[in-house]
Amino acid sequence: MSKILIRGARVLGGEPQDVLIDGETIEAVGTGLSAEGAEVVEADGKVLLPGLVDLHTHLREPGREDSETVLTGTRAAASGGFTAVFAMANTFPVADTAGVVEQVYRLGREHGYCDVQPIGAVTVGLEGKKLAELGAMHESAAGVTVFSDDGKCVDDAVIMRRALEYVKAFGGVVAQHAQEPRLTEGAQMNEGVVSAELGLGGWPAVAEESIIARDVLLAEHVGSRVHICHLSTAGSVEIVRWAKSRGIDVTAEVTPHHLLLTDELVRSYNPVYKVNPPLRTERDVTALREALADGTIDIVATDHAPHPHEDKDCEWAAAAMGMVGLETALSVVQQTMVETGLLDWAGVADRMSVKPAAIGGAAGHGRPVSAGEPANLTLVDTAYRGSVDPAGFASRSRNTPYEGRELPGRVTHTWLRGKATLVDGKLA
Amino acid sequence: MQRHLISAADLTRDDAVLILDTAEEMARVADRPIKKLPTLRGRTIVNLFFEDSTRTRISFEAAEKRLSADVINFTAKGSSVSKGESLKDTAQTLEAMGVDAVVIRHGASGAPYRLATSDWIDAAVINAGDGTHQHPTQALLDAFTMRRRLVGRDAGLGQDLSGKRITIVGDVLHSRVARSNVDLLHTLGAEVTLVAPPTLVPVGVESWPCEISYDLDSTLSKSDAVMMLRVQRERMNAAFFPTEREYSRRYGLDGERMAKMPEHAIVMHPGPMVRGMEITAEVADSERCTVVEQVANGVSIRMAVLYLLLGGNEPAVTHTRTEEK
Amino acid sequence: MDTEHDTQHEEADARPVLEAPDIARVLTRIAHEIVERAKGADDVVLLGIPTRGVFLARRLADKLEEITDRKIPVGSLDITMYRDDLRMHPPRALARTEIPGDGIDGRLVVLVDDVLFSGRTIRAALDALNDIGRPRAVQLAVLVDRGHRELPIRADYVGKNLPTSLRETVKVQLAEEDGRDTVLLGAKRTSPGAPR
Repeated sequence: MSKILIRGARVLGGEPQDVLIDGETIEAVGTGLSAEGAEVVEADGKVLLPGLVDLHTHLREPGREDSETVLTGTRAAASGGFTAVFAMANTFPVADTAGVVEQVYRLGREHGYCDVQPIGAVTVGLEGKKLAELGAMHESAAGVTVFSDDGKCVDDAVIMRRALEYVKAFGGVVAQHAQEPRLTEGAQMNEGVVSAELGLGGWPAVAEESIIARDVLLAEHVGSRVHICHLSTAGSVEIVRWAKSRGIDVTAEVTPHHLLLTDELVRSYNPVYKVNPPLRTERDVTALREALADGTIDIVATDHAPHPHEDKDCEWAAAAMGMVGLETALSVVQQTMVETGLLDWAGVADRMSVKPAAIGGAAGHGRPVSAGEPANLTLVDTAYRGSVDPAGFASRSRNTPYEGRELPGRVTHTWLRGKATLVDGKLA
Repeated sequence: MQRHLISAADLTRDDAVLILDTAEEMARVADRPIKKLPTLRGRTIVNLFFEDSTRTRISFEAAEKRLSADVINFTAKGSSVSKGESLKDTAQTLEAMGVDAVVIRHGASGAPYRLATSDWIDAAVINAGDGTHQHPTQALLDAFTMRRRLVGRDAGLGQDLSGKRITIVGDVLHSRVARSNVDLLHTLGAEVTLVAPPTLVPVGVESWPCEISYDLDSTLSKSDAVMMLRVQRERMNAAFFPTEREYSRRYGLDGERMAKMPEHAIVMHPGPMVRGMEITAEVADSERCTVVEQVANGVSIRMAVLYLLLGGNEPAVTHTRTEEK
Repeated sequence: MDTEHDTQHEEADARPVLEAPDIARVLTRIAHEIVERAKGADDVVLLGIPTRGVFLARRLADKLEEITDRKIPVGSLDITMYRDDLRMHPPRALARTEIPGDGIDGRLVVLVDDVLFSGRTIRAALDALNDIGRPRAVQLAVLVDRGHRELPIRADYVGKNLPTSLRETVKVQLAEEDGRDTVLLGAKRTSPGAPR
């Protein structure tokens, strides 16, 4: 593999520097590096970040290839600046055996756009009744370390306790989709002023908060770590903050859409805003941004959830929940966190690469941009301004809530172990 | 240009009064030997009912026929919908047949709004009840009934319901009738009080333009009209209240409670009534109960709405909410 | 109704062609003609077409009562829902149709309007009558006939024949609605269109 010289890149938003890649590795970082024998990429003051890592992606393969495949999903990931994604287990069949997780893992490797790290189901068939073969999935070629029934909550306290305990044997972590099922029967949107007016079934904040409270206490009791998926309420932030202050080993993620959008958008009854957990209120958005800035929330995860057109081109109640997010995540974070002064680019690298790689155990990802490290990198034109056009998405699905919305920043280049997967905004 | 009637909240005071005044003239057609007007000749209206509601459908159908519109009735049962056809495909199929307006009843809140604001069809959309969201023509016929009884048939012309005190009792949480009435009655200047057990009031109700009470007895003497909402017995199983008996005792309207109401005050019910649950037979059959009148008024109101939305080259009803956007 | 009362078409240099005493005189004359032609007017029902036709009908009824010393049934007939130009304008607010208690079956209905122009209003009125009952006969009384008929309709009683061009407007004002009695002839400010 040849050499690549990225010239004049603001590494983590700092002063412009040159970064020389040799093969799969960063050879040098400095000023005035020699371009001899290297392909030169003029960064021109763009920001260079470690390749982004998404701890929460739905790739839909196997089973729902009409909405996304490992190929289209990883192409979307590369477009959005990601070099590793964790693929959720709610496929058909469910990723609850070594066979399914190995298939997904291998497909990711073969396509070569982005590392795919499968997440294993906590319980067989996501049914919450019986533990899946967590150890076998860990020992498989996929080396699963993150387990989640995402889409469904592990609501049985005993099953949750056992899962938290069991994965300690191999350093695994359970990622909880916190949703008390009885409190959210028929839930269609955030329960509050807007749901009362629209007559849509309410999804109360307490249904999330009560599970998080229970699970951090369980994690404390059995001495395990627990990860909270897509935290969405101000109350959840308070609980996680309290748990961390107590020394409980809890980490939490927030999605880009919960950092930007509120339930006021549901007044349009446009199902493109239908998502689980639902869009909350302005007060929640503010609390989530502050929590991400102060580290109470550890990471941003997309919850990229592709759905075919017909599943959104219908009445609200009939529509599927979820939004695509890989290709807009960094722009939303730039708008909500960087341009508001809440995070600098080093902070973005921490929340979108370093920490998610650490939580999920993605070797070679989320590393410093320095000599000797794997060349997993993302170059961002932060000065770019443009409106979102889903027609240009690499994802097979178009269910974005940002269509036509002006968002800042654009990923122009992504390198996965020295190989360019995105060049000048075009997939390699 | 807005050509639809989706929510009672979209109507201005002047719109609502115009509809009520027009309905008053329409009501007179019912007293004539030939109960028909040629106004909507050549217009095709489809009654698109995804939920069973014989009463509402018949009321719209009577109104449409009295205005000489061509009427197509579409009910979900036994249709392509039961075979899995989507709302979009159903609507587009009907529009391809040259439909000018769609009167839609749907179990999903927001379905009529979606139909009106998506690019699926061009026809005017009239909401005949959607989920637990809105039922604007019901609110209009209720307001019409109140104005006739509390202000007067002729004296009411051009008037709203300023200062009238209206109490709505029952399952507010699941009621599109309550939502529509709160919006419209507020627009018309009435003071609305909702009475229900706390379990049957939605979280977020504090933003509604009305008062909330958990105590029926304390509101009766201050009410010009008491509207009882239907309470489905199934709610009991979901722990909204302990037993039917306890509900009736605390929130049902019986003769004794009716006697506490002012002389002139009326009892209303959108129907169908659950006798013995929210209302006793004694009250339901009394002179003060307007249930049957409400049904007759429903036809007049729906004629007025159809005329004002479809009778000209553009609707005579403005819609505040969409204009603000 | 068969004229233009909208202020957008407010005529420039309008000049009165009938003043209050003229209007009173022609109404008296029409009343006498009705009695004469209806042989005593004992089965006459007057139906005015809103807005100004209703006032004229009431005035005529008063005159007839003076002449015959009998109570003359008078009412109103709103023709809005029967118009043939509904699709050309936003829906109009409805006016009152008030049929006298004994109805119109077998009686002589005299329709009363202020201006006879295209004849379309009267066509609509005949349709409306048809849905209400079956009169013995229908006659038409108008204050002004300005010509330009588009339908085979003529008035039985005319206050004043007023030859006009399509560029002109005829405006009737009555004390009950406008504070004074007068008929004004003016020129249309906008380009001439088809009569309504």
